[in-house]
Amino acid sequence: MNIVTFKSDFIKPVILGAIIFAALAFLPSLVDSYYMSLAISITSFAILATAWAMFSGPTRYISLATVVFFGIGAYTVAVLGEILPFPVVLICAALAGTVLALLVGFSTLRLAGVYFVIFTFGLTELVRQVVSWYEVNVTRELGRYIFLDITQDDIYWQLLTLLAVLLLTGFILGRSRLGFALRIIGEDETVAKHCGINVTRVKVALFVLSAVFMTLTGAIMAPRWTYIDPVIAFNPMLSFQVVIMALLGGPRRLLGPILGVIPLTLLFEVLTANFPNHFSIMLGVTFMVIVYLLPGGVIGLYEKYGGPNKPSHPNGPPTTKEKTA
Amino acid sequence: MQISSRLRIATLAAATTALIGTALLGAQAQAQDTYRIGYAISKTGPGAPGANTSTIPNYEMWVKEVNDAGGLKVGDKMIPIEVVEYDDRSSSEEAVRAIERLINQDKVDFILSPWGTGLNLAVAPILDRAGYAHLAGTAVSDKAPQLSKRWKNSYWLLGTGSQYANELATFLDQLKSDGKINNKVAMIAVADGFGIELSNAGRKALEKHDFELVYDKTYPLGSQDLATIVNEIKSLGADTFVAFSYPPGTLGLTEQARVLNFNPKIFYAGVGTAFPLYKDRFGADAEGVVSLGGASETDPKIADYIKRHIAFAGREPDRWASIVNWASLQSLQQAIERAGSTDRDAINAELAKGGFDTILGSYKPGDQNFWQVGQWQDGKFVGIAPTSMDGAQALIFPKPDWKGAQ
Amino acid sequence: MLSYAVFSGITLGGMYALVAMGLTLQYGVSRIMNLAYGELVVVASFAAFVLMTSAGINPVIGLLILIPASFALNWAIYRILLKPLVARAKNRGMLEVDSILATFGLLFIVQGVLLVWFGGNYYSYDFMNSAVNVFGAAIAANRLVALGFAVVIGLGFYLILTRTRIGTALRAVAVDPQSARLVAIDVNFAACFAFALGGAMAAIGGVLVSMFLTFSTSMGVVFTMKALIVVIMGGVGNILGALVAGLILGIAEALVATYIDPGLTIAVTYVIFLLVLLIKPSGLFGRATS
Repeated sequence: MNIVTFKSDFIKPVILGAIIFAALAFLPSLVDSYYMSLAISITSFAILATAWAMFSGPTRYISLATVVFFGIGAYTVAVLGEILPFPVVLICAALAGTVLALLVGFSTLRLAGVYFVIFTFGLTELVRQVVSWYEVNVTRELGRYIFLDITQDDIYWQLLTLLAVLLLTGFILGRSRLGFALRIIGEDETVAKHCGINVTRVKVALFVLSAVFMTLTGAIMAPRWTYIDPVIAFNPMLSFQVVIMALLGGPRRLLGPILGVIPLTLLFEVLTANFPNHFSIMLGVTFMVIVYLLPGGVIGLYEKYGGPNKPSHPNGPPTTKEKTA
Repeated sequence: MQISSRLRIATLAAATTALIGTALLGAQAQAQDTYRIGYAISKTGPGAPGANTSTIPNYEMWVKEVNDAGGLKVGDKMIPIEVVEYDDRSSSEEAVRAIERLINQDKVDFILSPWGTGLNLAVAPILDRAGYAHLAGTAVSDKAPQLSKRWKNSYWLLGTGSQYANELATFLDQLKSDGKINNKVAMIAVADGFGIELSNAGRKALEKHDFELVYDKTYPLGSQDLATIVNEIKSLGADTFVAFSYPPGTLGLTEQARVLNFNPKIFYAGVGTAFPLYKDRFGADAEGVVSLGGASETDPKIADYIKRHIAFAGREPDRWASIVNWASLQSLQQAIERAGSTDRDAINAELAKGGFDTILGSYKPGDQNFWQVGQWQDGKFVGIAPTSMDGAQALIFPKPDWKGAQ
Repeated sequence: MLSYAVFSGITLGGMYALVAMGLTLQYGVSRIMNLAYGELVVVASFAAFVLMTSAGINPVIGLLILIPASFALNWAIYRILLKPLVARAKNRGMLEVDSILATFGLLFIVQGVLLVWFGGNYYSYDFMNSAVNVFGAAIAANRLVALGFAVVIGLGFYLILTRTRIGTALRAVAVDPQSARLVAIDVNFAACFAFALGGAMAAIGGVLVSMFLTFSTSMGVVFTMKALIVVIMGGVGNILGALVAGLILGIAEALVATYIDPGLTIAVTYVIFLLVLLIKPSGLFGRATS
């Protein structure tokens, strides 16, 4: 890879991305608040799914802990929102997410496959129970009120910024030493170890990075609900939704998860609007249809894990095997 | 392979977008020949059982009754109600989105409240901003007075946790000074908004009346296995047992008390005790159990309401939130008729005036003129406190022995 | 107090084990990560409720109808819905992802159908609630029945799996489907059989649990998650492991409720679960994975 192609390879997508995001920033002046709430939903899920895939794509760990970090972010706002200025609150949220992710990362990443899946789910329940217990016995108030003057448009702009930062991070990561190490780990962990990569440290670093974005999303979204309690903040459905969206879109490419988020969010919206009494059935049928009739949508992308070489970004650098060959 | 799978996803996305486009357009284009009422409520998820008990049947029954009578009387016209309903899946975020949709897409004339404290608080600021009145029928919050100041057109129909706790404590205090019960109370609460709010208020109120709390703990939401708790409480010698629990816990606690033959002089449990489910489950053993809520079934209006509810929904209404919800729907109907127009501000102004003729008598949304403490007596859940209210029944004391489990 | 806590913990643990044992078969042998498992438990609860309240058939007798019915239903689910996924999966990881997505869909369909039929309300009925004295502790009879079933099924299946031909075949499939084929075991049949058997166990769990728990259409997920915890903690595919893990969790809950704080009962189950996984990543009785 020579310097010249690297540069054009780098600058073109960034400029394109910047233009798209700049255009998206004008959305609030164009549409009413219903579409804004839809846009917020899509943007927040886009962040969560992309952040999820940032860790789970290369490492193939299916994590159900998304909502743990999301909820921690929301709680940070509930606790500190009226004491500190909002940007400081966001920093605190990011720190809280980092500490928790470090703890979890170092203790759990040696688990494999479904054990990790259930472990992360158990973690969600545990954190929810501990927060409940703390609130009940220490603060003696279970629900917390968030009275902040943050409008829907503010939330949208914050989320949009966060998404832009996340995509840029992912983009740079794909071209960095860390990203390179990750791809090797993704291909073969033993090989990675032999190459002198500290596998655990790389995985934990990535887990933390992904968790920070999830935490910030929770923090940004919290003022929308006025009131949170552990059941609202740590709703496990969120974790499942994120996994499904990312898997549908394709977790191994940077923009893949977003391709899953947009159709699924819109689909949920159509089902909610038109089948208030049969939402569950319609949702179930949709899932079945995706699994059976669109294996290319979900499995085809997933297949690439073990399959032949595919670039991890459409215009990305060559994959490890080509490189190491 | 890569191209084709991306293409498929793109097609999927395009198809969905087209679908949502048509769906959204379909919702538009309405002339004012109907009064459009919208609500988003928990048809699925953890809130569903509660919503299905206290709220959904009342909304549906009210709409049917109004439309069967030709509609709402607005000026000299009869306007039928048209309903737009969504499922918020017991999630705050979905509730917020659904309300935005009702306001901006469906442009409904009035929005009925969702179920539960959390969801009502989540949608309150949006309704306020858009100028909709908010008759929060199933929220219990100690902040209720501040909330109705904060959002001018919001009415917190079930009031604060303290009021139920205070009424209970005053009532127990009377029994104590009559020498009927000792000063020991065992209290257990579910670790969720409602349980914590009421147990906090209960702790304060009971201690103020010189009761000793010999047991004061919580159990996690979702736990139905409370055998060890009941067993421990049984050995503490309290004459009064108080549980601020949700329906599954309420049934579990009652069941365990029956199995362990724990029969305190006052057995207070709820939410859920005032549900018809409770009577179905425990039959004669429901006799003497105390809880929040209550209904004066001797009042012909209430008796008639219960009869109509059974005919419509196939089951009895609960004797607490259902009744208050029904009174709020009656108030809304009369407010529209008094305003003589479908203008939202005019209706909001009428709602604020109050003086509606409802099953709770003369009523203004937010009034707390309903039973705070009730008891199962002879198959009916009657009101016993505040004792100053009309139709207050004498307490059956002490609670009769359990019959079902020997 | 201690003996009561231990004993009520054992009955509670028996219930956990009962609900989990079917899943350990489905996941261990058939390799289907069945997220709709809890829904099948709830379906059985509702079926028992309907038999009890409308036909007057008591739930224990009802089992005679519901066990074969559930076996057949799960057989059909495997043949129609899951077989194609097994056939097209190239490796275990793919099947796991596929089965998670498919059974996630199934979960919503079953829940949606229940919702249309029964609505979102709580359900509960009165059966065998009289107290029985066991070593001085009063326990509801229906809980003892559930515990009895859990122990009988657990030990019975342990014996079947270790002492009979079909049991050996099932274990062989659980360990290595490829090699099992080499020794003339019909892997497809074994997987289908195990899945259906697991479903029948779910039905037993659902029926017995409905005698003492208040249930609603949205409770399936609770059962799935409890069962998953027990299955993973006991070691995937190990019936005896599920029984032991269930009992450990039940006793721990009861002890914590008595001596520490009932508010921490659910937290303690997860702490124990997480600790077991950290110390023994493949569960109490699990084989080390390669």
